[in-house]
Amino acid sequence: MCAMRPEPVHEPGPGGPGDPGNLAGQAPPRPDGKGEPVLAGQGPQGWKAVLTPDEIRRALTRIAHEILERTHGGDRVVLLGIPTRGVYLARRLAARIGEFEGSPAPVGSLDVTLHRDDLRLRPARALQRTEVPSDGVDGKTVVLVDDVLFSGRTIRAALDALNDLGRPRAVQLAVLVDRGHRELPIRADYVGKNLPTAYREKVRVQLAEFDGADSVLLGEGDR
Amino acid sequence: MKRHLISAGDLSRDDAVLILDTAEELESVGGRAIRKLPTLRGRTVVNLFYEDSTRTRTSFEAAAKRLSADVINFSAKGSSVAKGESLKDTALTLEAMGADAVVIRHSASGAPHRLTNWVSGRVVNAGDGTHEHPTQALLDAYTIRQRLGGAGGAGGAERRGQGLDGLRVTIVGDVLHSRVARSNVLLLSTLGAHVTLVAPPTLMPHAVETWPCRSGYDLDTELRKSDVVMMLRVQQERMSAAFFPTVREYRRRYGLDASRMALLPEHAIVMHPGPMNRGVEIAAEVADSARSTIVQQVANGVTVRMAVLYLMLGGAAEEAA
Repeated sequence: MCAMRPEPVHEPGPGGPGDPGNLAGQAPPRPDGKGEPVLAGQGPQGWKAVLTPDEIRRALTRIAHEILERTHGGDRVVLLGIPTRGVYLARRLAARIGEFEGSPAPVGSLDVTLHRDDLRLRPARALQRTEVPSDGVDGKTVVLVDDVLFSGRTIRAALDALNDLGRPRAVQLAVLVDRGHRELPIRADYVGKNLPTAYREKVRVQLAEFDGADSVLLGEGDR
Repeated sequence: MKRHLISAGDLSRDDAVLILDTAEELESVGGRAIRKLPTLRGRTVVNLFYEDSTRTRTSFEAAAKRLSADVINFSAKGSSVAKGESLKDTALTLEAMGADAVVIRHSASGAPHRLTNWVSGRVVNAGDGTHEHPTQALLDAYTIRQRLGGAGGAGGAERRGQGLDGLRVTIVGDVLHSRVARSNVLLLSTLGAHVTLVAPPTLMPHAVETWPCRSGYDLDTELRKSDVVMMLRVQQERMSAAFFPTVREYRRRYGLDASRMALLPEHAIVMHPGPMNRGVEIAAEVADSARSTIVQQVANGVTVRMAVLYLMLGGAAEEAA
């Protein structure tokens, strides 16, 4: 009755301007829900690699430094990744912060499914894990981490979900790719790459932990 | 997953595991400062209870409220039903009020199934006569997985996607009148457990050999090889004839006391769907022991019913969307 995997392709959601129906069918088939690893520069047909594994690594290193700079050495920072791929990005950032400062930042995951505003547009979805570090979020600087920033609706849901967990001192947002087309007044504090896209184009982030290899792919929209 | 939840047999293994996994994630909500999610805001859940039930009704009510649904409680006592209104007319009334889901308990087997013809919302069977009680089976399966699933019952992450494969579950007592037993046999076997029914011959259903389980009459031999023993309540209110000579004899042959509990393997757990007849099917010292999951079952009831309501009402109104 529901899609067991969160939709990895960042495409116009249902009901958005020019809703073209189910675009997911256009993506290459992934029977096990995971993408087959794609080498940089030679994506599957119709997909163009826009970030190589090295570029992803450098972008995350830079973001980790920026987080440390903006939060005065990572004091009382908690990284919360948004499933699925945001969680792996958050873990990588936490590990890098650990390398630079000696102690890794507390890291967790925040599932936003139950707070989404488009629940009624699709069949009920499976829930992902929410794991908050044992110290909680009260009084902390929470950095939300996601792979792609698009309409901003996921982040709005995340802010609501976070509100139920406690009262952070501040909330910041880190994304690997900002592809534009915001539908809400939301912006990212840390951006790996600003990627100008057409609304109908699709962005797919693949990470070694989940998809077998790192890449960011840009796909043609319909026709 | 089907549109309505009438029988535990309607659930495929994937459906059942999805419900348990969803419950696993929802459980953390119970431990938060704010025990509320906005997910079912604006949806209406009607609790239509033709039989008395504090436990199940409040459990469904708490589950719906934690998901922000509006809850209307409709009990037969002191309502239009007491004045002679038929189930169909009550259903049409609820339909006119715009119920998105109807949770029904009825003394007649099959009443929830009839109801599906008269309402456009989802129907959840909360116990119909001696037929089924699927959410009880789900919460029992969830409790079993929590206590015995995964490696030593650590975090919920490793239990995700798991069934109850290979676990030996013995259900003891008044199987004939028990909707809990029927739903559990169907669901637990779907999830891969080996179920054995133990009851006096008079309280064993006639066609039990067609059920996906074994059956026997000797409790002591079964206990030695059980991971889970589930004691059923002796339902005197449904007994129109004498099914056993005396309570004392029933207790001696089929009651679980401390000396019988000692026959169980070290890790085995004792379950009871409640309400208990202490001193009949289960001794007080067993009910209060560390092996007993009875209180845990009640707490899990809310979580599992939240999962069912979310999966039925949380998404698009129609599957075709």
